[in-house]
Amino acid sequence: MLSKMYYRELYCGTPVRFWMGLALLTTFILIGLGSAYYMEHSGHWVTGMSNQVVWGLPHVFAIFLIVAASGALNVASIGSVFGGPMYKPLGRYSSLLAIGLLVGGLIVLVLDLGRPDRLIVAMTEYNFKSIFAWNVILYSGFIGIVAVYLWTMMDRSVNKLYRPLGFIAFFWRIALTTGTGSIFGFLVAREAYDAAIMAPMFVIMSFSYGLAFFIVTLIAAYLWSDRQIGELRLAKLKNLLGVFVGAVLYFTLVFNLTNLYATQHHGIERFILLDGGVYTQMFWFGQVLVGGVIPLFLIYSPAFDKSRWAIAAASIAVLIGGFFQLYVIVIGGQAYPMTVFPGKEVLESSFYDGVVSSYVPTFAEGALGVGGIAIALALVAIGARMFKVFPESLEDPEEA
Amino acid sequence: MSKQSDQPGMNRRQLIGGVIAATGAVTIAPGLILHAVAGNPQQKKGASSEKRWGMVIDANKCADGCSACVDACNDEHNLTGFDRPATDAQWIRTVKLKDKQTGHINRMVMLCQHCEFPPCVDVCPTNASFKRVDGIVLVDRHRCIGCRYCMMACPYKARSFIHEALADQSVNAPRGKGCVESCTLCVHRVDAGKTTTACQDACQKEGHAAILFGDLNDPKSRISQVLKSNNSTQIRADLELNTGVRYLNL
Repeated sequence: MLSKMYYRELYCGTPVRFWMGLALLTTFILIGLGSAYYMEHSGHWVTGMSNQVVWGLPHVFAIFLIVAASGALNVASIGSVFGGPMYKPLGRYSSLLAIGLLVGGLIVLVLDLGRPDRLIVAMTEYNFKSIFAWNVILYSGFIGIVAVYLWTMMDRSVNKLYRPLGFIAFFWRIALTTGTGSIFGFLVAREAYDAAIMAPMFVIMSFSYGLAFFIVTLIAAYLWSDRQIGELRLAKLKNLLGVFVGAVLYFTLVFNLTNLYATQHHGIERFILLDGGVYTQMFWFGQVLVGGVIPLFLIYSPAFDKSRWAIAAASIAVLIGGFFQLYVIVIGGQAYPMTVFPGKEVLESSFYDGVVSSYVPTFAEGALGVGGIAIALALVAIGARMFKVFPESLEDPEEA
Repeated sequence: MSKQSDQPGMNRRQLIGGVIAATGAVTIAPGLILHAVAGNPQQKKGASSEKRWGMVIDANKCADGCSACVDACNDEHNLTGFDRPATDAQWIRTVKLKDKQTGHINRMVMLCQHCEFPPCVDVCPTNASFKRVDGIVLVDRHRCIGCRYCMMACPYKARSFIHEALADQSVNAPRGKGCVESCTLCVHRVDAGKTTTACQDACQKEGHAAILFGDLNDPKSRISQVLKSNNSTQIRADLELNTGVRYLNL
């Protein structure tokens, strides 16, 4: 039998440690909000975005956070839907992190709109053929459902709803990431997208990034508050991460192999895999090496058997690699010239037809994205301080 | 229970309801009245689904070095640029193409193709991108939130995002920073009963007559007759969007 689990608010050794951490996050948030104001006030011409690359660095950050958010909920789902006792005590934090990451991502997304002041229009006017409109519902529904799910974990009086809510949240999160992947999957005109595999690939990416976020922040929070995590528990999370990282590589392989088979996709494949400059480098060094090979080595090499630094490093590598993966998908896919005139070479155009579009992100775009991450982490830190989310100790159970 | 009050015969709920109704009327009525005053008789009829406005562009007649249509469009809608080609709006553009196999060179103009099944309308979350019943694809500038998903979805790169604040706008085309826009097929002219677009007039004036606007649904219209007697092509016909803009000799 497992020993009784006690949860406690996040108290650091000294109050100063907590408040200094929060002050640091607030600084990033203020810089991010200032940058958003600057970009909105001046108009998007001050960013690296243009009429050719219409979605820039803020979208990479936003999608990264949104995808990671649904994945961060996995640990809770394993605890309630798949009945994993070792994961169950982590369910509360998993839910809180999922909400925090999603809110952070959505704020970045909204602040990069041309008219963020018209958010009310997006919430009252729906085109149900648009996957974007569906996502508005999926994202806001996710926050609500996961909040109730968290409540069922924390309040014994509604505990009988815990399992049903677990199932609802699990299916909702699959729908949410399917919706996010389909933003690209449903773009019929662009060679880089227009593939049904985008949806399941985003789901598996979310498993990987979300778990990596979970592991990194869990280790950080327990260091911050001088609490213990057992080796067995971390080893379980680590092995799961290994499977997800492998799965992301597998989906990447299938996606690119299918494209390599179809002649009309040879151009985009050549661009991403061979001669796309920065995008090719990001693909091979960022996504495949840093995001795939290195974490797999850190996770499975006997040399790092129980090293929690190796686990943390592997998780951080997964996050960096995942960021590059989304950069290649979102921006690489737009930089590659869309085939408007098949079989023709464009000799002259005033609108950049047929040429690789340049995109150089600006400081403000990056600051907005980093601000989104800071918002997510600050929400999580405040939530963990206010609610009993973290188990007092995550030492391994004796019988295990 | 008898009434024990010195208030007039109106309870609190009625009073609040009355105040709300009066405030609402005062707020909304001027708008309605002004709309009624502003609407001209031609516009009152609205767009008709009996028509489908379209365009045919003859690539053989599009003259090298000429940009009359682009200039006319810019004048008509006051599309003033900021000398920043990557972010300035372009509703119509000239493109020179070379066949990769045969080396044959074409020159033509690209603009919104006014598809029957427009991908921009499919993806727009707020119904800001819409197709009128007469086939003209437009952006409602009051609903556009500037998400740029339509620009990702458009197979023709026909749309522009307004990257900076604008001044001195034309009444023909109200525009605004943070929204997406594209060719309107000179909808302000169509609604005023005119039969040509600014680009067509300019091309005609230059003596090229490469652009012809008209009603694709009317078998007697010139555009229908030209399209019936000539082999025309749609750009990216593989997508089966049934474009309203067709090309000859491409």
